[in-house]
Amino acid sequence: MVSAVTRTQVAEPPEPRARRGSSVPGAPRRQDRPRRMRESGVDRVFLFLVYLLLALALAAVLIPLIYILASSFSDPLAVSAGRVFLWPVDFTLRGYQTVLSDPQILTGYANSIFYAVVGTLISVTLTVAIAYPLSRKDLFGRNVITMLIVFTMLFSGGLIPTYLVVQSLGMLDTRWALLIPQAIGVWQVIIARSFFRTSIPDELTEAAQLDGARDLRVLWSIVLPLSKPLLAVIALMYAIYQWNSYFDALLYIRDSDLQPLQIVLRNILILNGASGGMSTTDAVERQQLANLVKFSLIVVSTVPVLLIYPFVARHFNKGVMVGSVKG
Amino acid sequence: MVAAPPVAVPAASTRERPSDRGWRGARHSWRQHWELYLLMLVPLAWFAIFKYVPMSNAIIAFKDYYLLEGVWGSPWVGLKHFQAFIDNPVALTLVKNTFLLSAYVLLAGFPIPIILALALNEVRQGLFRKSVQMVTYAPYFISTVVVISMTILVLSPQLGFVSDALGVIGVPMPDLLGRAEYFRHIYVWSEVWQTAGYSAVIYLAALAGIDPGLYEAARVDGASRLQKIWHVDIPSLMPTAVIILILGVGNVMAIGFEKAFLLQNPLNLGTSEIIATYVYKVGLLSSNFSMATAVGLFNSVINLVLLLMVNAVARRVTGSGLW
Repeated sequence: MVSAVTRTQVAEPPEPRARRGSSVPGAPRRQDRPRRMRESGVDRVFLFLVYLLLALALAAVLIPLIYILASSFSDPLAVSAGRVFLWPVDFTLRGYQTVLSDPQILTGYANSIFYAVVGTLISVTLTVAIAYPLSRKDLFGRNVITMLIVFTMLFSGGLIPTYLVVQSLGMLDTRWALLIPQAIGVWQVIIARSFFRTSIPDELTEAAQLDGARDLRVLWSIVLPLSKPLLAVIALMYAIYQWNSYFDALLYIRDSDLQPLQIVLRNILILNGASGGMSTTDAVERQQLANLVKFSLIVVSTVPVLLIYPFVARHFNKGVMVGSVKG
Repeated sequence: MVAAPPVAVPAASTRERPSDRGWRGARHSWRQHWELYLLMLVPLAWFAIFKYVPMSNAIIAFKDYYLLEGVWGSPWVGLKHFQAFIDNPVALTLVKNTFLLSAYVLLAGFPIPIILALALNEVRQGLFRKSVQMVTYAPYFISTVVVISMTILVLSPQLGFVSDALGVIGVPMPDLLGRAEYFRHIYVWSEVWQTAGYSAVIYLAALAGIDPGLYEAARVDGASRLQKIWHVDIPSLMPTAVIILILGVGNVMAIGFEKAFLLQNPLNLGTSEIIATYVYKVGLLSSNFSMATAVGLFNSVINLVLLLMVNAVARRVTGSGLW
């Protein structure tokens, strides 16, 4: 590291080719952008600091994740003795065996999949159903409706008044309580509305109308097929919301057969509740296993999201962008 | 699929005409688009039921709510619950905890994504940049429950690697989670860990949209990298940053329930009890619906006022606001 600093400070190569060779360690320099001009010594130090900062950020995010992963495959004794850091010690799969044989966890897993799939279907349908009409510039009343919807972002009745509504609808302790009360996200409506407005040319709609298509037909046969990227973005947003949320279940669900995975996780990970699949009777060993199960459980519950993440990330970025278009 | 016509047809109805206002416009619009109105019916009913009915239910803050009487039948009590809350010595602590926690989140959570985006923008497109971006973005997708569990495990004096690392240099590991004074740091820095990469994305997009001519001009003027950041990048980020800051300040009292509740334990309640968690406990655990609603409403109103104020200030100072 120290030598890198001195080298970047000292080196002031006369020609670009030499400079390309002496890049900061860890920094791939693929192509030379317009910035081909001579970099001053100050700039090189600065750039080094930038790389250092980013490397630190990378490490700060990555190390806890790898530590959890490594610990989940390690003997719990090695973990508590502090011998595990970024690589498993005394490799074992016992944590995973326990997790995958625990009926409580499996039920939670199945429930979460159900909530994610069904909830996302409901949410996307409702979101499109409100966002598409509001995107039509010739619809009377769309501004008032939009304002009424956006207002709910700024002000809400609060926790208890919403609870009373869910209660009076008889949804407490039913699956509906997790599917319906949070079904529509205002932010997703705004994103969808902006997308329909900017990405579907008016001419296309007009042409279809001339051909005799009514609005629903236009939506179904023209707009939706052109909106696959949007549908992917909001579906993923809703699915990840459903998969990760625990608060609604905490409020509305008592029945342990209906609990989503996150509630089970909270019981085991944070409240230190025992997981049912443990067969051993020795207290010390049970404690050790309980620790191991925590690491494995984190991995098991997070892997599905992180696996689809690389595919999702690109779309998410797009979603953030679309939403940022004002109007 | 229907092909686009070669010429725009003037008679088409997708464009608003000036005459389409008032009741005539409404009737015309209904005849043309009744299908769209019907389509909106279910989502609009949803908004009415799950957003606007709760707003009207909030009047139980001014009543003594009895389950059998219902929202409208329960007797009025005026400002009793607000008075009781303000007179309660806990109120001051709650407001203080809520405010300090949010302010700290904002203080750390606002600049760090900007710095991250500026740093990433200095680095050339390539494997390193891509991996930093991907990795820092990833924790955003991890659930709050898991992030908190990871935090607890990593910081645990028995299990976590932090205590091992401290042990190497001979420093004993304090029980961070059991001490009230550490709660805010843990909350804020786990938040930064989880969201900085995600929040940087919007700034990166703004940076990508900067006119290359500006960099060219800066280059001709002999600007250093730091000067380019200062004179080109940061001014270009200002509008985006202002909006995000307004939203942040406007939400200062609305800090989320989920995380504080998960990080809470009897030992750190002194700093970790915030308005949202208090409302949950008073309302649902102690079934004092009216009191909890009053506290929640008190908070929502402060928040709305804050948002309006910040927006007004931002408009005056920078010329750009939310609306």
